[in-house]
Amino acid sequence: MENLKLELKAKIIENLNLEDVEVGDIANDDALFGDGLGLDSIDALELIVMLDKDYGIKLSDPKQGKSIFESIDSLAAYITENKAK
Amino acid sequence: MNKNCYIQSYCSITSNTVSLNGDELFKDDSEDVKSFLKAVYKSLEIKYPKFFKMDSLSKLAFLGAELLLTEESKSSNTALVFSNAASSLDTDRKHQESINDAENYFPSPAVFVYTLPNIGIGEISIRHQLKSENAFFIFEKYNAEFHHNYENCLIQLNKADSVLGGWVNVDENKCEAFLYLIADRGEIKHTIKNLIELYNNK
Repeated sequence: MENLKLELKAKIIENLNLEDVEVGDIANDDALFGDGLGLDSIDALELIVMLDKDYGIKLSDPKQGKSIFESIDSLAAYITENKAK
Repeated sequence: MNKNCYIQSYCSITSNTVSLNGDELFKDDSEDVKSFLKAVYKSLEIKYPKFFKMDSLSKLAFLGAELLLTEESKSSNTALVFSNAASSLDTDRKHQESINDAENYFPSPAVFVYTLPNIGIGEISIRHQLKSENAFFIFEKYNAEFHHNYENCLIQLNKADSVLGGWVNVDENKCEAFLYLIADRGEIKHTIKNLIELYNNK
């Protein structure tokens, strides 16, 4: 699980072009949206694509996104539970 | 009565060089547009993380606007009138590449949102809090006569207090921007001849 969290941080930084952010800057329980990393709605869509492309997980209910993308902890837990690839 | 219009300031970003009002500000030997634009961003000491999410065309327009829209020069009613030849082709190609393979079909929302040239205008408007007239035209080359007439009309008809106008083009790893701020004061008159001269000397 810890390796997955590190992998997710690296992917988020690369895929979302967070130029001035490093893996060590993101705590596992930091909010990804709002006051945390400050991601926006396009980033949310990009994360949904990442779940599909890299982990074979299709979000059938977009409303789920709010809790799944709350933090690295919640995202890693969801992927571990639902990973298809 | 016609208002006097002047080219208050102008800049060019091209061939790895940035200049403002004819003076070279920055030179870099980056081999690709993306690295060059990042180097310009760093050199201007801008703090705006959203810059890195933009496509190259928006970055180029954004950097030009940063040079010209200062606290002293900008008005909330600054219209934006841009043109180029390649539209958003540079980003369109990236989007096309991501959807070519039906078996590996993962269009990126972050790329797709930039598949229109006028998105750069939106980025500048957000950054500078502009709720003004704007337009993005496609021409084969910089059309000084059209720009002059359009920009002049906006000011004469009280549609704008000032106009940020010009050419901003990115294609095949080359970028070229020539932007200027038209206002009611300055030293260079807003004429077709002066626009052509400044464009040719960039």
